[in-house]
Amino acid sequence: MKFLMITKSIPGAPPPTPDQMMELGRFTEEMIKSGVVLLTGGLIRPSTGMQIRSAGGKISVTDGPYAETKELIDGFAIVEARSKEDAIAHATRFMKIVGDAEGEILRIFSSEDIPPH
Amino acid sequence: MAGPHETRATIDAIWRLESPRVIAGLARIVRDVGLAEELAQDALVAALEQWPASGIPDNPGAWLMTTARHHALNTLAHGKMAERKHRDLGRQMDALAGDADRIQTELAANMDDDVNDDLLRLVFIACHPVLSTEARIALTLRLLGGLTTEEIARAFLTSEPAIAQRIVRAKRTLADKQVPFELPRREELEVRLTSVLEVVYLIFNEGYASAVGDDWMRPALVEDALRLGRILSGLAPNEPEVLGLLALMELNASRAAARTDAAGDPILLLDQDRARWDQLLIRRGLAALARAKALTAAGVGGDSGAGPYQLQAAIAACHARARDPADTDWAGIAALYAALEGRAPSPVVSLNRAMAVAMADGPAAGLALVDALASEPALAAYPLLPSARADLLSKLGRLAEARGEFERAAALTGNKRLRVRLLARAAACGDVPPPERR
Repeated sequence: MKFLMITKSIPGAPPPTPDQMMELGRFTEEMIKSGVVLLTGGLIRPSTGMQIRSAGGKISVTDGPYAETKELIDGFAIVEARSKEDAIAHATRFMKIVGDAEGEILRIFSSEDIPPH
Repeated sequence: MAGPHETRATIDAIWRLESPRVIAGLARIVRDVGLAEELAQDALVAALEQWPASGIPDNPGAWLMTTARHHALNTLAHGKMAERKHRDLGRQMDALAGDADRIQTELAANMDDDVNDDLLRLVFIACHPVLSTEARIALTLRLLGGLTTEEIARAFLTSEPAIAQRIVRAKRTLADKQVPFELPRREELEVRLTSVLEVVYLIFNEGYASAVGDDWMRPALVEDALRLGRILSGLAPNEPEVLGLLALMELNASRAAARTDAAGDPILLLDQDRARWDQLLIRRGLAALARAKALTAAGVGGDSGAGPYQLQAAIAACHARARDPADTDWAGIAALYAALEGRAPSPVVSLNRAMAVAMADGPAAGLALVDALASEPALAAYPLLPSARADLLSKLGRLAEARGEFERAAALTGNKRLRVRLLARAAACGDVPPPERR
């Protein structure tokens, strides 16, 4: 099963040190090599993120309610895990490297979610 | 830092990912895969005891390896192995006594530099030709996929003791035949690699063929095989067939969601909703295929051109690239099947080639090739031969003959749903008298 993982830094938290960045790179490479991470990248959300909303046929786009802090680096990954617990284990290791941050683990809908009749 | 996430399930998840490296590292030192796995299990037991209280270490893989080495050193030093309930283990450890100095030195040295080579050795030994195909599959899922015997048993619809015994026997065979824990020599590399790729592809197909089941464990085999394929392509990034197999699996898996309808009936490739194909997997498959092609073009893997996996992946890629079935490069597919006939001849491949030719050059050209296969003994009871013939005959307006072939195909198939469909197509050919049998 696939999961979308999104992390965002907490405003005011210190930016990652070069050591942390190196460790993060090493971890990411390991997870790609072991076939867990299928796609990953950074998100420039804090300064340029936008929100789009559709309500009653009207589309509105607004700049996200994010702090204008350039140092914040957000990221995402699509991972393939055998279970929810596997996904949590991967995310836990990631979080231990990045330090203070918060994120979401979202299961991606797949054909397995359609019950056979 | 005990928390709700430091559960057994989380530790199992870490184990699944880290255990192959731990087992591989130990196997290099003790030169016995069964013993290495037992020693690695000791580290898992220690993790289960300590992590709930201490929290998961920052680098759990290194922790497991260090702990396993430590346990191995202790048991060697104190000769405790003989007391262990596992008699085999005691015997094996005793046998190693003469080699104790080397083993102790290597266990104490913290050499993790060649962990990739260790993993590759583990892959090759799990897929060693002295083992039966079933044993290779079970051992590969266990040692490299990190699956429990229970999980393997569920995936293969068999009992846990049966799988456990299969694995025990496999390890014993490796020990009895004194299969060395080393990379194959250059001259046997191709044969050994073929065995590895075959095992991974069998695991993939075991899951892929059971697209919709009551049990999610079988479809999960597709992901396990993909994971193994991705690991392999990281370990052997310059082997074109490793990348070819990975590309084939990623591309085939990309269609998983579109392969069956709501009732669980299979949907043929050309009738599938292509919007439901997984573009991420397609992209990954095409990237792996491009790397395989580049290696082949550079002359890696011999001068006989693309291998069977790469060719099958290239065929899958032709479909993946076509946004609409009408955009399919059928001439390209026909040429790839012709190449595949050369590399891995089989009547089924020839039949597929004939159908691609029919799509590229018209039903008459395809029919000529299909008719040439009519006397092929391997296809005598193969329902897809008459159904392919029927399809082409109906396109040529030879409805009476088509009807007879659809009925023949229906009689040959063991699949109830397919039989209903074939009989419906037979009926659609109209009520014309069947042709005289040739």
